[in-house]
Amino acid sequence: MLKSLYIDPEKCTGCLQCEMACSLENTGIFNPSQSRIKVFSFEDAGRKVPYTCTQCDEAWCMQACPVDAIKLDKHTGAKVVEEETCVGCKVCTISCPFGTINYVAETGKVQKCDLCGGDPACAAACPTEAITFVDANWTGLERMRTWAARANEASL
Amino acid sequence: MKHLILGNGPTGVIAAETLRKADRHAEIMMVGSEPEPPYSRMAIPYLLEGNIDESGTYLRKADGHFESLQIDNRIGVATAVNAADKVVAFADGSTESYDKLLIATGSHPICPPIPGVDLPHVHTCWTLADARAIAARAGAGTRVVQVGAGFIGCIILEALAKRGVDLTVVELGDRMVPRMMTPKAGAMIKHWVESKGVRVVTEARVERIDASSSQTPSLLETVKGLLGHAQADAPSSVMTVTLSTGERIECDLVIVSAGVRPNIGFLDGSGIAVGLGVLTDRHMQSSVADVYAAGDVAEAPDLFSGTPMVSAIQPNAADQARIAALNMAGKSVPHGGVMAINVLDTLGLISSSFGQWEGVTGGDGVEVADPDSHRYISLQFKDDVLVGATSIGLTQHVGVLRGLIQSQVSLGDWKQALMHDPLRAMDAYLASVQKPGVLHDQTHGHAQAVC
Repeated sequence: MLKSLYIDPEKCTGCLQCEMACSLENTGIFNPSQSRIKVFSFEDAGRKVPYTCTQCDEAWCMQACPVDAIKLDKHTGAKVVEEETCVGCKVCTISCPFGTINYVAETGKVQKCDLCGGDPACAAACPTEAITFVDANWTGLERMRTWAARANEASL
Repeated sequence: MKHLILGNGPTGVIAAETLRKADRHAEIMMVGSEPEPPYSRMAIPYLLEGNIDESGTYLRKADGHFESLQIDNRIGVATAVNAADKVVAFADGSTESYDKLLIATGSHPICPPIPGVDLPHVHTCWTLADARAIAARAGAGTRVVQVGAGFIGCIILEALAKRGVDLTVVELGDRMVPRMMTPKAGAMIKHWVESKGVRVVTEARVERIDASSSQTPSLLETVKGLLGHAQADAPSSVMTVTLSTGERIECDLVIVSAGVRPNIGFLDGSGIAVGLGVLTDRHMQSSVADVYAAGDVAEAPDLFSGTPMVSAIQPNAADQARIAALNMAGKSVPHGGVMAINVLDTLGLISSSFGQWEGVTGGDGVEVADPDSHRYISLQFKDDVLVGATSIGLTQHVGVLRGLIQSQVSLGDWKQALMHDPLRAMDAYLASVQKPGVLHDQTHGHAQAVC
C-alpha cells in the first residue's frame, strides 16, 4: 500500500521541527534552509502552512529532466533525484508548477522530497500530527491529489 | 498499429515511451539522424565542462532500455512525407509506412550569412560532434569569439569559461539574452558576466571572419618560426573577426549561436501546413490526419491567445511529446497551451523567465532590482492574473511562477500584495492555487480562506 505525506495546516504551530528533521536526515546538520519541507507563515491570518512535494503522478520534474536523473522509487512512489546523474541544469525547477524541486548552489544539484525512503523524518518529528504519513487512498489525500491533478490539467 | 516517430531527442523518446505505456502491442519505430544513442543537447555544456562524459548526455542510461520497451530505434534522415500513402522516404533510399506519424525532428542552428562562417574553426554548438570539435580546440588561453548571447550562447558560456578560454561574446541586441530577459535583467547578467572576465560586446554585428595569414603571429608561432619549425605554406588557424563597430578581434575559435529554426525542410510538398514550424492543433495533430508534431519543430497554440508558437525548450518537448503520444494512441487529450519557460545559469548567476515576461498591452506589473546583491524580480499581470515573470537570483520554489501563470488563477487581493512585494509569489501561490488542498480543511467543515 503506497503511503503519502498528508499535511493538515490547521494543526501546524510553526515549530519548524519538520524543517530541522528534514535537514538533519538529508544533510547531517540542523539547517532549515536545507530542508525540503518548508513552513510558510501567513502572519495576517495567523496560519502556518507546511509545504513539500506531493510526488504527483505526472512528475513534471522527472519528465523534464534531460539526463534521466529523477527516478520513480517503486516502493514508495517518490520521485528521487540521483545526485550522481544530475548535471544541475535546473530545468526541473522551472518545470514543476508546484515549486517543490529546488537548485542548491553548494552542491550544484537539485533536491526534492524523497519521502526518506519510506519513513519521512518530518512526519516523525511533527509533534501535532500536522504532517502524517498515511495510506495514499485516504480520502483527505485524494482531495489533495484531485487538486494536484486539476493543476496538472490546467497546465497540460 | 504502427507508430513512426521522426527524431530521437527528448520529444521522440518521451513520445515513444508514452506510446508504449498506452499500447502494449503497437509497433513503435523511432528514427534519429545522428549516430549516437538518443541524447540531450541540454547536457552538452556539462560535457564541455568535463562534468560528465558523453554517456552522461544520454537520455536513457540503462542498457537495452529501448529494446526492452520494444521501441525500434533506427538511424536515418527523412527526406519526404507522402501523407496520402502514409509513407516516409529517407536519404538512404529506404521508405517506411506508418499508421500514425510523429514529426519530432527538432531544430537546427541558424548559420548567419557571414563571409567566412564556413572556415574550419567556426562551429555551432548543437550536436555531440560539435561539442567534440569545440572541446578539441578550446583549451586554456584559446581566444574564442562567440557570436550571439541568446539562450544557447549563454548556457555554453560557463562551460567555455571553465575551460579557461579567453572569451568575447558579440550580441546584436542591447543586452544578454534579449529574447528571454527584460532590459534591466539582461543588463544585470551582462554586468555579472563581465565581472567574471568575459568580454561582452552588445549592439554589434559580426561583419566577416577572415583566416588571418597576415596577422601578427602568436608567440608560439614566432618561436616555431625562429626554430625553423613553421611550414611556410601551412594555413594559419588564426582568424580575425570584424565587427560592425569596426573592431577587429583575433581569435582561434568562433562559436556561432545565433538561434535555431525548426527542421521542416523535408515537408515541402507534403501538404502538411507549416509556418515557422509544423502547425498543430491542441491535440498536437498537424493539418493532415494521423500526422502529429511535438517539441522544437511544432508550432502549437499558446496558452494565452491560442496564437501558434514555437517553443524550443526541453520541458515543452516533454509536455508536447506526452500529449501527442496519448492522442496518437487514441486518447483525446488536449494541450493547455504552450508557454515559454527558461532557466539560465551564467557563471553562477541564475535567471529564469516565464510566459509573457515582457508584459502585455493594458496589463500592469512590478519590477524590483537589487543590482548590488544581484537579485531581480519582475511580475506582469493582466487584470488580476499573473501572465509573466522574470527573475535573477531566485532558486527556491521558482516553479510556482509557472504554476501561477499556467493555472491562470485570479489572484484577487493577492495581486496588490504582489505589486507591493513580488517576492511573496510563493505565498500568493499557496493561498490562491493550493488553497482548497492546503489552506482549507474541509474535513472539519470549516473552510477558511487566508486572505
